[in-house]
Amino acid sequence: MNEVLRILLFMVSCVFTHNFIFSRFLGCCPFLGVSNKVETAVGMGIAVTFVMALASLFTWVVYHLILVPLQLAYLNTIAFILIIAALVQFVEMFIKKSSPSLYKALGIYLPLITTNCAVLGVAVLNISEEYNLLYSVLNGTFGALGFLLAIVLMAGVRERLETSDIPVPFRGFPICIIIAGLMSVAFMGFSGIGG
Amino acid sequence: MEKKKSLFSVFFNGIVTENPTFRLVLGTCPTIAVTTSAINGIGMGLAATFVLVGSNFVISLLRIFIPDKVRIPAFIVVICTFVTMVQMLLQAYVPSLYESLGLFIPLIVVNCIILARAEAFASKNGPLLSAMDGLGMGLGFTIAITIIGCIRELFGTGTLFGIPIMGASYQPMLILVLAPGGFIVFGTVLGLANIIMRKLEAKKAAKEGAKA
Amino acid sequence: MSLHVSNAPYVFSGNTTRVLMRDVVIAMIPTALAGIFFFGLRALLHILIGIVAAVAAEYGYQKLLKKPIRIGDCSAVVTGMLIALNVPAAAPLWITLIGSLVAIILVKELFGGIGGNFMNPALTARAILMVSWPVAMTSFTLPVYGLGIGVDAVSSATVLGGLEATPLQMFLGLIPGTIGEVSKAAILIGLAYLLLRGVISWHIPVIYVASYAVLALLLGNDVLAGILSGGMLFGAVFMATDYTTSPMTKKGQMVYAAGCGLMTCIIRNFGSYPEGVTFAILLMNIATPLLDKYMGAGRVYGKGKKA
Repeated sequence: MNEVLRILLFMVSCVFTHNFIFSRFLGCCPFLGVSNKVETAVGMGIAVTFVMALASLFTWVVYHLILVPLQLAYLNTIAFILIIAALVQFVEMFIKKSSPSLYKALGIYLPLITTNCAVLGVAVLNISEEYNLLYSVLNGTFGALGFLLAIVLMAGVRERLETSDIPVPFRGFPICIIIAGLMSVAFMGFSGIGG
Repeated sequence: MEKKKSLFSVFFNGIVTENPTFRLVLGTCPTIAVTTSAINGIGMGLAATFVLVGSNFVISLLRIFIPDKVRIPAFIVVICTFVTMVQMLLQAYVPSLYESLGLFIPLIVVNCIILARAEAFASKNGPLLSAMDGLGMGLGFTIAITIIGCIRELFGTGTLFGIPIMGASYQPMLILVLAPGGFIVFGTVLGLANIIMRKLEAKKAAKEGAKA
Repeated sequence: MSLHVSNAPYVFSGNTTRVLMRDVVIAMIPTALAGIFFFGLRALLHILIGIVAAVAAEYGYQKLLKKPIRIGDCSAVVTGMLIALNVPAAAPLWITLIGSLVAIILVKELFGGIGGNFMNPALTARAILMVSWPVAMTSFTLPVYGLGIGVDAVSSATVLGGLEATPLQMFLGLIPGTIGEVSKAAILIGLAYLLLRGVISWHIPVIYVASYAVLALLLGNDVLAGILSGGMLFGAVFMATDYTTSPMTKKGQMVYAAGCGLMTCIIRNFGSYPEGVTFAILLMNIATPLLDKYMGAGRVYGKGKKA
């Protein structure tokens, strides 16, 4: 029972307290770049969730079952990025075959994910925080859901601000980053939840 | 028509004209994450500069041997090699900086600035020019994030490079060194940089108009 | 300082906004008076600084950017007053000043002024102040009933922080807290006025408090103390009901208010901040564009008026 509660709290903290955007600053490029419209933001978020969950699983397995026994742990960055690149290719092919409609919706985002630092970030975090396999996969999945939440909220606000009278030099990136800052003020409220 | 690129113009391009942080808005994650102090900003900037110069140089040397189809993975492997080198060097010689930059050192691999320069510049130009481009871009990045680091450290903790500046009665605005401050200061500085660039461009246009 | 109030052009703010905002100011007067009564002239000083700084910041920004001057719509007065009512009387006066500047410039005017902001300016400012200067923002004093301007009162724990108080004490405001939040009686007078004037409907305040009560009961908290102490009533009446940052449709408002109650309860029980009201409302502010998009008719954005 205690363990179940701990896991639940861990999941909550991955989504809110240690939100990938507002607290860990990972994945800011797609967060700022692909948050014009709510629909595309949802697509990007789902694609990232897919890849991050799988990446957490594979990188953990490769690190602990291959790199560590061979004393090649210092090669982890190279190994991880290659795994992620391969994974993205694989997910792309898989979705293309199994669900053309989903592919149509997500296809354009998938190649971008290789250089999404949230994916490599979660793989490195899982190792440095010494999570076991279960916690690594949960961290990947729920961390990605936190990213999804952040990017969808951001898209909602940006759609609303489309017609706002924002000073010209601040339009585009500057105002987006300030919006993210104000949002992270609100997310400060979660601090302390789930440790 | 196009003039041959001089080393200086390539260098200057990265620092001002196409400053990766202020003009191209690339590499936002480390810009927000590690700028809690000026020294972190410089450290991150120089680490990225080292990787940029090295990877641009090597990729430029290898550019005729790398098949077009696998060029991106090949670039990433080159970049990764330099990142691992930086990681080990920092760990060995400046462990305190290594600790405070933490996760964001391995993440230099996926810093968009580096891959973007490999793709846009190093794969099309000679090794010397490419290294110079890396140096310019890297220093442009370093200057930008050091400015942000200075502002956050000065008002968020009242010090600059660790030296107390603001006097004992100053009550630091803690939020600036926390997550929201990273975003808000970066966004504001970016907006102000846009205002300055606009003024400069307007001046330049006026000058050219007067000449003609 | 003489502030020039121009008559025209009020592009879209016009008289309706001014009447609305004036009503909100009137509704806050009982709480302000209660705060001054309990905490002395220092509370009045906070309120004056808040209002003057907010209006001056708005005027200065609009002047600097050569925009039409719209301070006549009174919205800056509301923001300044809200910020002052949201700080403890013992806090340094510059805290209110910085709060007003941040609220008006960063949260409101940068996004195009009234109707453009997506988070409540006063509330965002309070959160920023709370995160920046946690000690000053949570050093509450017991009411002093004097005319003192200095900080001679003794710091005290709040009821949420473990102080014992009877419900009547909490209702009247004989407890430590920020200037505006302590007297529930005064807040309810303000609520009655706002409802009578049709400025707000009952949905948001009532559902907010009710959903909190249900959840707090399930978690075994002291529900009455949870509602009567801290900033819940003040937030539910004056902050959560802000037109610009709350959903447009009734359905959206109900979800929004329930969300506020839920978040308040979660942060109070599990988070490291003792008071969850500020952050709870801000979090629901952020979700408001999505609530509007999926729970109601399309909204004409950029017009800070109720349809």
